Amino acid sequence: MSARAQSSRLIKGATGDWEVVIGMEVHAQVTSKAKLFSGASTAFGGPPNAHVSLVDAAMPGMLPVINGECVRQAVRTGLGLKARINRRSVFDRKNYFYPDLPQGYQISQYKSPIVGEGEVTVTLPDGETVTVGIERLHLEQDAGKSLHDQHPTLSFVDLNRSGVALMEIVTKPDLRSAEEAKAFVAKLRTILRYLGTCDGDMEKGNLRADVNVSVRRPGEPLGTRCEIKNVNSIRFIGQAIEYEARRQIAILEDGGTIEQETRLFDPAKGETRSMRNKEEAHDYRYFPDPDLLPLELTEEEIEALRADLPELPDEKRARFIRDYGLTPYDADVLVAERATADYFEEVAKGRDAKTAANWVINELFGRLNKEGKEIADAPVSAAQLSAILDLMAEGTISGKIAKELFEIVWSEGGDPREIVEKRGLKQVTDLGAIEKLIDEIVAANADKAAQAKANPKLLGWFVGQVMKASGGKANPQAVNDLLRQKLGL
Amino acid sequence: MTELTSFTLAEARDALAKKRCSAVELAEAHLAAMEQARALNAYVLETPERARAMAQEADARIARGEARPLEGIPLAVKDMFCTAGVRTTACSHILHNFVPTYESTVTAQLWRDGAVLLGKTNNDEFAMGSSNETSYFGPVISPWRRKGSNADLVPGGSSGGSAAAVAANLCLGATGTDTGGSIRQPAAFTGIVGLKPTYGRCSRWGIVAFASSLDQAGPFARTVRDAAILLRSMAGHDPKDATSADLPVPDYEAAVGRSVKGLRIGVPKEYRVDGMPAEIEALWEQGKAWLKQAGAEIVEVSLPHTKYALPTYYIVNPAEASSNLARYDGVRYGLRVDGRDVTEMYEKTRAAGFGREVRRRVLIGTYVLSAGYYDAYYLRAQKVRTLIKRDFEACFSAGVDAILTPTTPSAAFGLGEKGGADPVEMYLNDVFTVTVNMAGLPGLSVPAGLDAQGLPLGLQLIGRPFDEETLFALGQVIEDAAGRFAPARWW
Repeated sequence: MSARAQSSRLIKGATGDWEVVIGMEVHAQVTSKAKLFSGASTAFGGPPNAHVSLVDAAMPGMLPVINGECVRQAVRTGLGLKARINRRSVFDRKNYFYPDLPQGYQISQYKSPIVGEGEVTVTLPDGETVTVGIERLHLEQDAGKSLHDQHPTLSFVDLNRSGVALMEIVTKPDLRSAEEAKAFVAKLRTILRYLGTCDGDMEKGNLRADVNVSVRRPGEPLGTRCEIKNVNSIRFIGQAIEYEARRQIAILEDGGTIEQETRLFDPAKGETRSMRNKEEAHDYRYFPDPDLLPLELTEEEIEALRADLPELPDEKRARFIRDYGLTPYDADVLVAERATADYFEEVAKGRDAKTAANWVINELFGRLNKEGKEIADAPVSAAQLSAILDLMAEGTISGKIAKELFEIVWSEGGDPREIVEKRGLKQVTDLGAIEKLIDEIVAANADKAAQAKANPKLLGWFVGQVMKASGGKANPQAVNDLLRQKLGL
Repeated sequence: MTELTSFTLAEARDALAKKRCSAVELAEAHLAAMEQARALNAYVLETPERARAMAQEADARIARGEARPLEGIPLAVKDMFCTAGVRTTACSHILHNFVPTYESTVTAQLWRDGAVLLGKTNNDEFAMGSSNETSYFGPVISPWRRKGSNADLVPGGSSGGSAAAVAANLCLGATGTDTGGSIRQPAAFTGIVGLKPTYGRCSRWGIVAFASSLDQAGPFARTVRDAAILLRSMAGHDPKDATSADLPVPDYEAAVGRSVKGLRIGVPKEYRVDGMPAEIEALWEQGKAWLKQAGAEIVEVSLPHTKYALPTYYIVNPAEASSNLARYDGVRYGLRVDGRDVTEMYEKTRAAGFGREVRRRVLIGTYVLSAGYYDAYYLRAQKVRTLIKRDFEACFSAGVDAILTPTTPSAAFGLGEKGGADPVEMYLNDVFTVTVNMAGLPGLSVPAGLDAQGLPLGLQLIGRPFDEETLFALGQVIEDAAGRFAPARWW
């Protein structure tokens, strides 16, 4: 820790260096068809109160029944975070009044969560690796939504989200900068998406974070923290931390003290604002929910889930470096999304991995980014890209034509091999035809040909001319070889 | 037709089967009796149309030879059970206009078996009380009176309406809920049989929750056999209640009349409380003698943590209640009193909607769960609860088959006589019954005699978990020996 404190992540204040200490509580919506304790659908959208069961609306006499799939998703996530799975966990009631909380309590796990300590390894943009401790993961219900803009004097309540399963993933205070925090959330999101336990859609609020921020002089005990609630984008998490750290440093350097409080991040202004202080904090009166028995898991159930886990990003990254000879950077880029990694692997299978990686990262990602598309919607499939690479490898098309062909497939679709046939994009390997072209060009540029011996750089110019004359279809190697011969190089 | 209402459930079942009467006649006789007994305030809602429709359906089935186990049997349902399309209020102003769209599992099973709904019975508000005096609809008046007195007595609570309705022949049986004695104590006060089954035996789904870890539905009837018949329909596993037990439901009626020879009956010395009336002591002795005569062996047992049961109960119960009642906030259903903002709406709604006893329990419950008090109260209470449970387990594992105690420390008291100044005076009524809820065990109250003023007294039999059958066998021995008790009609 002290070594890291010495690093560049310190913030320069007016009176010296400060270290920012960050811990997070990430709320991840569990991917499941039904809610945590009711059979109602978790589908996003739909008219208000379309997905509400009697249990979600807390009608008298209704009882919660645990959704087994949500439990399995939490265990999978715990295993993906290399965490201890607790064979016995307990659901508690967190009591408070709010119109979008129909029961008057949220069912959560307080003292005995389903998942204990684990860790996440995060690689920063500069290549440094940081291990972030996971304190716990527990299951809880989401609340509904209060709508304050539907009526001049009344608030409306939409219970579609009420009772949807959330995983609250709590980190240890191991993060030391906004960069680290952002990289952590990105990595966590990747892991969750690999596991298929949360879709990570931050725009829909399916992944959001409460960020605890405090500052201290390097080596000193932890400072008083403020909690920034419900930040719903990675960029905002970074901005909120930067702002909050600066705010706290300014107060401390002015001789003030930090009040423990809950704050909100305003993305429009890029600042955090006080929401409630410690005195206003709720007393949630947690106690075990008597409607639910303790949740018991057998070793066999846990092992069955472990055996079924997909390959996770860290392992995939290591394998890509080891088996495909990729650079760590390329490997990182490719494993960030499972779909991307799968796409790459399909293309790389039986082909030159480096070329495959270059094409996926440069051509495909470049084009996807330009059009704001996801890999799932890529107009060029892995099979199509593979065909393009095969055509290039077997010398049927040149690299330049390959890029053109990629564009054609992107916008028009079709079988790359057929397109090459139909449009006559085939590389000219007929040496006679190439020789004829060369002879014409050499003849037309006799002066340059004469200088070529003295200035071999002119070879490149001749190659360009020949390629241009062939419409890019001449085999560049053949052109090169023949030209050398003709020019006596 | 009055004799139709004095049938036992089993007698009515036979009469219907032999077509000596029709289900419609049976229902009509009871509806008429209910109308004449409105002074008792036992029912908070009569459902004559539904009763007639259900009775007609029952007659049609009997005619087709397709009678189900409770075909045509008219029953009353405590207002804690949600009944689809029938107002359900828990006798609270806060639910004064609530009509559920769903049927509780227990009542759904009764209708599945052919029973007929006569109406919803009065109870203490949210089942909080031991005298039925906290109901928003006013108190139930016991059909019993002291010899030579016209003073109104309480029927006990919280299921006072169901108990009074059964005792006064206003139904053949009724459902109740028992959180700390709410079936057994009113059964004892009104001279009828009441059973609190093992926790998890009957589904809690669709029953307005009071204290979830203690609540259990059970039957009221005029005989042990009738209670056994009703339990068979009420009990069973329900996937909608995570605390319901996935165990087969035995033929409880077959246990009625079963020999009790060789059974070991424990008598806990700690239940001899200070100031217990001699009549109760004598009744208890009489009970032991009857069981001994029937071949059972009486052994003294010790339940050392009994003295902590009541204070512990009055922590666990309000804690759970304070949370269970949080949903009554005026937002989605029931009473709403508008305010300037949502907080004021909550405050006004809950102040207007909840009566004194409910507010008291919500306050106590909120207090014992609060930061800084949780460990001292709630957590400690849970630990004591475990010790209470262990007391019983030790008894049963030492070979005791059932435990015999008085149901209540006294006979019924007068309306307004107890708890006015000190709520603990009322809470003390539950001293013999709460331990059973704390331990999740089955408890049966059987009428065993009358006191000097002519009021009924009950004996309680406590069984092993899910061994209601032994209780029915023992209960029948007491019933056979003590006879049955009916109030003289004055209403």
